[in-house]
Amino acid sequence: MKTKLNTSIGLVQPKRANFEQSVSLESGVKLSDIELIYETYGDLNKKRNNAILICHALSGNHHAAGYHSKSDKKPGWWDALIGPEKAIDTNKFFVVCPNNLGGCHGSTGPTSINPENGEIYGPDFPVITVNDWVNCQSILADILGIETWHSVIGGSLGGMQALQWSISYPEKIKSACVIAAASKLSAQNIAFNEVARQAIISDPDFLQGQYLKNKKSPKRGLRLARMVGHITYLSDEAMREKFGRELKEGKINFGYDAEFQVESYLRHQGDTFSKNFDPNTYLIMTKLLDYFDPASKHNGDLIKAFKEIKAKILAVSFSSDWRFPPSRSSEIVSALISANKNISYLEIESSKGHDSFLFPEERYTKGIKAFLLADYEY
Amino acid sequence: MNIELMLDEWVQENTKILDLGCGDGTILSNLKVSKNIKGFGIEIDRKNIQKCLEKGINIIEHNIDAGLKNISGNSFDMVIMSQTIQTLKNPSLALEEITRVGKRCVVTIPNFGHWKARLALLVRGKMPVTKSLSESWYQTQNIHLCTIKDFENLCSELSISIEERKFLNSNGNIGFHSIWANLLSSSAIYKIYK
Repeated sequence: MKTKLNTSIGLVQPKRANFEQSVSLESGVKLSDIELIYETYGDLNKKRNNAILICHALSGNHHAAGYHSKSDKKPGWWDALIGPEKAIDTNKFFVVCPNNLGGCHGSTGPTSINPENGEIYGPDFPVITVNDWVNCQSILADILGIETWHSVIGGSLGGMQALQWSISYPEKIKSACVIAAASKLSAQNIAFNEVARQAIISDPDFLQGQYLKNKKSPKRGLRLARMVGHITYLSDEAMREKFGRELKEGKINFGYDAEFQVESYLRHQGDTFSKNFDPNTYLIMTKLLDYFDPASKHNGDLIKAFKEIKAKILAVSFSSDWRFPPSRSSEIVSALISANKNISYLEIESSKGHDSFLFPEERYTKGIKAFLLADYEY
Repeated sequence: MNIELMLDEWVQENTKILDLGCGDGTILSNLKVSKNIKGFGIEIDRKNIQKCLEKGINIIEHNIDAGLKNISGNSFDMVIMSQTIQTLKNPSLALEEITRVGKRCVVTIPNFGHWKARLALLVRGKMPVTKSLSESWYQTQNIHLCTIKDFENLCSELSISIEERKFLNSNGNIGFHSIWANLLSSSAIYKIYK
């Protein structure tokens, strides 16, 4: 544990921010009494110009780095990249990672109490958008006294938030790292999300989303949703390397128990996830992914959508990512070049699929580190 | 190589420049200082890509042999391709692509028609290893070497116009433009367009 703590930021504690104002969502709904849970790593300097915002992905949360207690088996989800002397160096930067609105790890979401009627929101929690998330993150920045982010960084759906930040708040962000992302989902991406949603909704315990009130939980649906999702996060190659056709007991049993290692792995992933995640949140977040399309307000013209961007942007893709493959990052890169914006692009060789962005491949981490430190005086 | 001198003359201030095979980004960072350009580099060598990121230069990891199909026509005021064309699998595609995306292009080539190269082949019967072509045939990245004459012929085949040409001797100084250029120049710099 000691060596583990030494290479990591160490023990961390979540903090809470209560919004004084209500927030008007893109859907037209107004939400009040919003609370975001977040973590910070490193120190804000006197000029208050060394802050970095980390945006989490679909099933992520605010616990990006370090450990909550000495008995934790695993650190935060991006500990491989965030910490002392790591790619996002906490000796130099003040790193902030919130759990987004609609989440289920402490921020206001479907499991929170609706102040209007004193009941759990459940399915009545509004569908939100990446824009709404970014606006809430901006309010959090105001609360923390951060006028400008040195960088906004995220992978997958997190990368989409970083991109949206550079569009929505050009004056408040100096750079963005848009990792393993796309400027909008493909029909195939949406199709996978729809399968996940149908798995949850068709679980008899879903009860139109009122499962909490009825002391039920559509765990089977959520488990299945996660299993489908997880397949899209890995590559064929990664699965072959990790499991091959290995059998748990060394022989086939002519039955439907988990016989192949890959089956028991997926079941385990599904089980763990369905114990720790709220199904309504999963529905909201997959919808939010489907809706993301900054070009839609400009007749589908991404170059026009990027017109106001001032931040310099680093896009990163991974060769074996078939969820948001390199060609999707290239679309962003080309549009940014055409819009005459500062853009750099790395295409990292990796066999780990979409999940690659979570791992510290050397060229990837060194690239991000160099990008964050170039032209920066702290 | 005196390309910097020529670029100083040819590059206008505040323009948008693409450097294909930009190496460690030296040309772009110098032009940024001297001409306040908006520069973009394309590179495939990983060490060079890292160096560009460290310098804060816009660097796009991309294999030029795949073309520039995602970049629309006339996106750049100038495209630079310095000592790169001879390393490409498909030099004619690259020439077509740069003259499509750039209003003007600057291309430099090592001249395989230089007398030293000709002499080495004639006398020793071996692929020449010279100052500008410093590796053995099996190690070199220069897989598509050409002479000044060859290059100009290709341009004409592709309907690419040569606006200016400068011939350099082996010290990198600009030499005389003459019928002997193909024999006496170790490299050449072209300004081309389509």
